[in-house]
Amino acid sequence: MAKPKVATTHMTGCFGCHMSLLDIDERIVDLIQLVDFDKSPINDIKKFTGPVDVGIIEGGVSTQENVEVLRMFRKYCKILVAVGECALTGGIPSLRNTVPLKECVEEAYLKGFTVVDGVIPNDPDIPLLLDRVYPCHEVVKIDYFLPGCPPPADAYWAALTALLEGREPELPYELIKYD
Amino acid sequence: MAKDQSSTIKEIITEFGNDRHRLMDIALKVQSQLGYISEDNMEAIAQTLGIPLVEVRDMVSFYSFLPREKEGKNVIHLCNAVVEKMHGMDLVAKAFEKNLDIPFGSTTEDKKITLKYTPCMGMSDQPPSALINCIPVTKICPEDVPGIIEDIIKGSKYSCEKRASSIPAAQVETNLMKEGEVIFSPMERGAAVRSAAIRTPDEVIDEITSSGLRGRGGAGFPTGMKWGFCRKAKGDDHYIICNADEGEPGTFKDRVILTEAPDLLFEGMTVAGYALGAKEGLLYLRGEYAYLLGYLEQILESRRHLGLLGKNIVAKEGFDFDIRIQLGAGAYICGEESSLIESLEGKRGAPRHRPPFPVTDGYMHQPTSVNNVETLCCAARVLEKGADWFKQLGTKDSTGTKALSVSGDCKHPGVYEIELGIAINDLLEMVGTDHPQAVQIGGPSGNCVAPKDFGRKICFEDIATGGSVIVFGKKRNLLEIVKEFTEFFNDESCGWCTPCRAGTTIILKMLDKILEGRGSMQDLEMLKKVGNTIKTMSRCGLGQSAANPILTTLQNFRNLYEDLCKTDEYIPPFDYEKAISVGVEIAGRDPVEEEE
Repeated sequence: MAKPKVATTHMTGCFGCHMSLLDIDERIVDLIQLVDFDKSPINDIKKFTGPVDVGIIEGGVSTQENVEVLRMFRKYCKILVAVGECALTGGIPSLRNTVPLKECVEEAYLKGFTVVDGVIPNDPDIPLLLDRVYPCHEVVKIDYFLPGCPPPADAYWAALTALLEGREPELPYELIKYD
Repeated sequence: MAKDQSSTIKEIITEFGNDRHRLMDIALKVQSQLGYISEDNMEAIAQTLGIPLVEVRDMVSFYSFLPREKEGKNVIHLCNAVVEKMHGMDLVAKAFEKNLDIPFGSTTEDKKITLKYTPCMGMSDQPPSALINCIPVTKICPEDVPGIIEDIIKGSKYSCEKRASSIPAAQVETNLMKEGEVIFSPMERGAAVRSAAIRTPDEVIDEITSSGLRGRGGAGFPTGMKWGFCRKAKGDDHYIICNADEGEPGTFKDRVILTEAPDLLFEGMTVAGYALGAKEGLLYLRGEYAYLLGYLEQILESRRHLGLLGKNIVAKEGFDFDIRIQLGAGAYICGEESSLIESLEGKRGAPRHRPPFPVTDGYMHQPTSVNNVETLCCAARVLEKGADWFKQLGTKDSTGTKALSVSGDCKHPGVYEIELGIAINDLLEMVGTDHPQAVQIGGPSGNCVAPKDFGRKICFEDIATGGSVIVFGKKRNLLEIVKEFTEFFNDESCGWCTPCRAGTTIILKMLDKILEGRGSMQDLEMLKKVGNTIKTMSRCGLGQSAANPILTTLQNFRNLYEDLCKTDEYIPPFDYEKAISVGVEIAGRDPVEEEE
């Protein structure tokens, strides 16, 4: 029987949630015996090769490209898991939601203290920004939420193994307690 | 800052004994004399009191009746509560805007008049209503507006100073529709106090306990037990506080009690003072009822003359007790007892952690009993007529009577004092209704009851209420009303805890989505889930009941929601076109779509 497939992506966040995934240490060897990784920054596969069982999303939605990637994940993944503060709520990047986008961009590229000869970057390769940073579940249906900033490696392990074995994930209190 | 302002502030602070705990009074007086509380004024207050500026700003910024920007010489607060909207408030608002040529939330060019909205001000039985300066004006028709404006500009009629002398009676109707035996029947002044004085404090508490009296604010905590805890708690002083901050939309029974039976209330406070061993009682009067202040002060004064307040009350050695009235400044949350205590201490009205409860650690960290206006009136009557008399009214677990504030779609809105245990149907017959679609019992924080449940009874065993009953006729859009109620809680949330602060915004957005026809059945489940999280995880009663308008209608009127939800599929709230439009504008180009 073919191994279940996992895909991961990083949107508007800090990559910390992916780093935390790697913190499962040598269990990563167990994990790759259990699953195949499809599109993911971990193996640098850029495009989906086909349907995937579990998709893991890090980061919120702040650009047109984030929307596209997220919608593609929804299309290809049977189960979609949002991981970490930014994916769940928008997180730190969403602090910009209190300032209108135009003001934000002007402050960063034109009016800021350290700006010399400022210009707003506008290369066609740069995705356009959205008016605010959205949590993933406002853009597509999300099946599971793994909280944390980042979620601890053990929480990843517990959630992933459960989903891959077809069980409902149950996280003990220690794995979702942060203070 | 102008020198005279600074000296005015110093005078005011001296008048309140340089006491930091009187910051509310200081701020209210600065506001009434100088028109607003500017940053400079706050600095002067902080300096004179010797406290950090941030403490003053923290407190002032919390209350809606303490403006920090200069307002017009006269301020019109038009009440935009649900019942007012049901009775043509929008037309009155338009008339004000048209006649003054300014929108709500702004001031006329000549700085004479400011237009503002305010939530329920306790006049739901005579809508639409407004506070002009601090004087209530009720049953306003659009045609009345030019005359009102003329009177304001002339000056005399709506002068705040006027309230000191007597109630501007013509302005507010009492609408006492049914007088019961406990609250609204005649009483000889001092009867309850004398009856208490011949007993020991413990005997007084026993009498209250045996009467079965329970708190009338809605929660129904046994009053005797509360007094007992408070009396036994160790402290330098004990306090009795009367909660007259009835802010629950649709509630106005305390206003009528304060107008018709203030003596009974003060009797009750005095009895409580004796029972608890308190030397001081505080009446926290909501800012909207400032017009009653002068009248209530007069009653207190005459009670002092009669020896019913002050030293050696009813000539009993050592029975010393007096009452101070503290005015609030427009914050719903202050009806919650620990917020009320914070507010009394001159701070922002944020709820405290509980435990410790006020009975051991309340006002000034001393043992304090906070009781509803009506509870204290009942307590006085129990002392006058005895626990056995009281017990024969009402039901087994809900003894006595209850004053209900009835408003909305009914022929005879007003206050009804009924025996606890009355069926909703019987009440509806009494107030005159025509097959209403729903009755909101206990205000927005209570229960939206459907006709199938009109046989249920108003009492602690069945549907408990603080007294607000709002009738919604057949033609009303119930879900729009639910939205208004939810907006109210969202506005009034103090912002301390996340479930209430963020949760009320989340459920409001979800409700909006459903009302716009973009809802799915999944949203209904999620709405219930988030609602229950707010209910169980919030820090105080406000948050714990903020989702009730949605939760009770989801339960009792689910079909209204289902009719708006076309599908079981997930529908994202996200609107891509709208979200990308600003980015497109900034870049001056369309997004480049990536190929799959």
